Amino acid sequence: MSDRVPATSAVGPKRSHTAIHVVLIVGSVLMVLPFFWEVSTSLKTYAESISVPPTIFPSSPVWKNYTDVFATLPFGAQFLNTVIMTVARTVGQVFFCAAAGYAFARLEFPGRNAIFIAFLSVLMVPSQLFLLSQFQLMQRFGLLNTVTALALPGIFSAFGTFLLRQFFLQLPAELDAAARLDGCNPFQVWWKVMLPLAKNGMLALGILTAIWSWNDLLWPLVVNNDPEKMTLSAGLSTLQGQFLTNYPVLMAGSFLASIPMIVLFVMFQKNMLEGIASSGIKG
Amino acid sequence: MTSQLVPPVEQGQRRPTPLPPRGTKRRSLRHGDRYWAYLLILPTAVGLTVFSIWPAIQTFYFSFTKWGTFGGHEWTGLDNYAQVFHDPELLRSLWNTVIFSVMTLLGIPLSIGLAALLNTKGLRGVGVYRALYFLPVVTMPAAIALVWKLIYNGDTGILNQFLAVFGVDGPHWLSDPATAIYAVGVVSIWSSLGYNMVLFLAGMQSIPGEFYEAASIDGAGPWRQFFRITMPLLTPTTFFVTVITVINALQAFDLVYLMVGKASPAIEESQTVVYLFYAKGILQGDGGYAAAIAFVLLALILLITAFQFRVQKRWVHYE
Repeated sequence: MSDRVPATSAVGPKRSHTAIHVVLIVGSVLMVLPFFWEVSTSLKTYAESISVPPTIFPSSPVWKNYTDVFATLPFGAQFLNTVIMTVARTVGQVFFCAAAGYAFARLEFPGRNAIFIAFLSVLMVPSQLFLLSQFQLMQRFGLLNTVTALALPGIFSAFGTFLLRQFFLQLPAELDAAARLDGCNPFQVWWKVMLPLAKNGMLALGILTAIWSWNDLLWPLVVNNDPEKMTLSAGLSTLQGQFLTNYPVLMAGSFLASIPMIVLFVMFQKNMLEGIASSGIKG
Repeated sequence: MTSQLVPPVEQGQRRPTPLPPRGTKRRSLRHGDRYWAYLLILPTAVGLTVFSIWPAIQTFYFSFTKWGTFGGHEWTGLDNYAQVFHDPELLRSLWNTVIFSVMTLLGIPLSIGLAALLNTKGLRGVGVYRALYFLPVVTMPAAIALVWKLIYNGDTGILNQFLAVFGVDGPHWLSDPATAIYAVGVVSIWSSLGYNMVLFLAGMQSIPGEFYEAASIDGAGPWRQFFRITMPLLTPTTFFVTVITVINALQAFDLVYLMVGKASPAIEESQTVVYLFYAKGILQGDGGYAAAIAFVLLALILLITAFQFRVQKRWVHYE
């Protein structure tokens, strides 16, 4: 990395990368260490989990902790609740946001700017402003402690509309015009021509929504207090109060609850990171 | 060349709405468009009205009321807002939120540094590093909080056992009022590092390579290039990340709820504004006061964000 040879970066890129790798690896270890500790502890006996000095690896893996999770929590029911909530929010949001996003990007209609500003203002306001009233709404409709209550408000998103509007704006305008000349109405243009082209944007929004929904805490915590109707996130948070010290079982539960989104992330890493980058750098 | 610095999204945003072609057909096409447009917008518009816009209006009304123990509420005018400014609990929560926000901001230089390392030309394994650093972002906060509680545990946690090797007697991090909010802040930095890093990396990758080539020819080393080219051209991203980080940090709830919790002796010294909002509005049924707290938070967010936009002219370079 000397200044003497001007063309270093172009000619000898492999030189001196060792130092960079060392720093990045140390950082990676710090990032991964809590995950390692989670898995390691999940396979220890209770006594081993609190031993001083600690053991790095479990002396003999206790797989029973993973079955005990299902005995301490209604884990199966909570898992299912979380899946239903996540799927409903994700599918609903991607579909409705794609519809609204397209209309804002490509169609002209009276009140477009006013409505769009109303959407944007929702985006900028902290969500706590909605919470008390949303809770009362669910109460009034008798939806407390239902999976419907978990999913419902999260289906509609100003952020998603904004994100997909950006994707539609980047598609060539000639496509709309050509389809219109072929006799398609705006709905058909959206459905047949635009949606297939906006696939990447929709996938990015879908993955972001899935992860946010899966991990969401405050809303599920507020609407459902029956353990059978909770999400994993809320379930885990109440579990720690009751079984505060049974760390191995808690860690097994945490690990099982985080696995689906980690798998989703690994599978769709590229789409997700693109989605973040394009929604992020909007200035 | 400089236009490449403007992210593609910006260009899209400014592009005028394309109109259907041909003068004569235009009017009839546009007229029919509006019904389709309303139909496409309808679900989200109705949903946002019912679940966001109307609730916000209602909450504003709530903030002028006092809630009874058995339901119902009475108009009390500005009482709640008057109480806000004399409530030591709320003032303390504001202070905790500021500490938490400042700590979270400390993660920004770290993520810029990491992104700069990942942006090294010809570096191998970038995808693997990026995925590892991003892992906490996709992991459930409830799970993250449990692991860190285990690590922070005063008696048996590995942190204190590690410190003991150096003869340091670590505190009970999460139940000690003096350390709890800082311990939570560290976890917040850890879990948002990867997200910010991805944004900075995208920003750095949009800087044209010619700038660096020209600088190399002029004899500028990597450090000089970083401070003279990368940092100035990255300022729009840095500004954006700072604004988003502050807005999110001001609304911090999950980690405080999960790691400290209502039963902890340290909760008063570490509860954030949103935690207090939750405690008042949901746990104690004092919805009127909670609503006022929510609007104080809104005012705070708007003020700080507006301030940031004002000051940006001094340090953000849009080419």
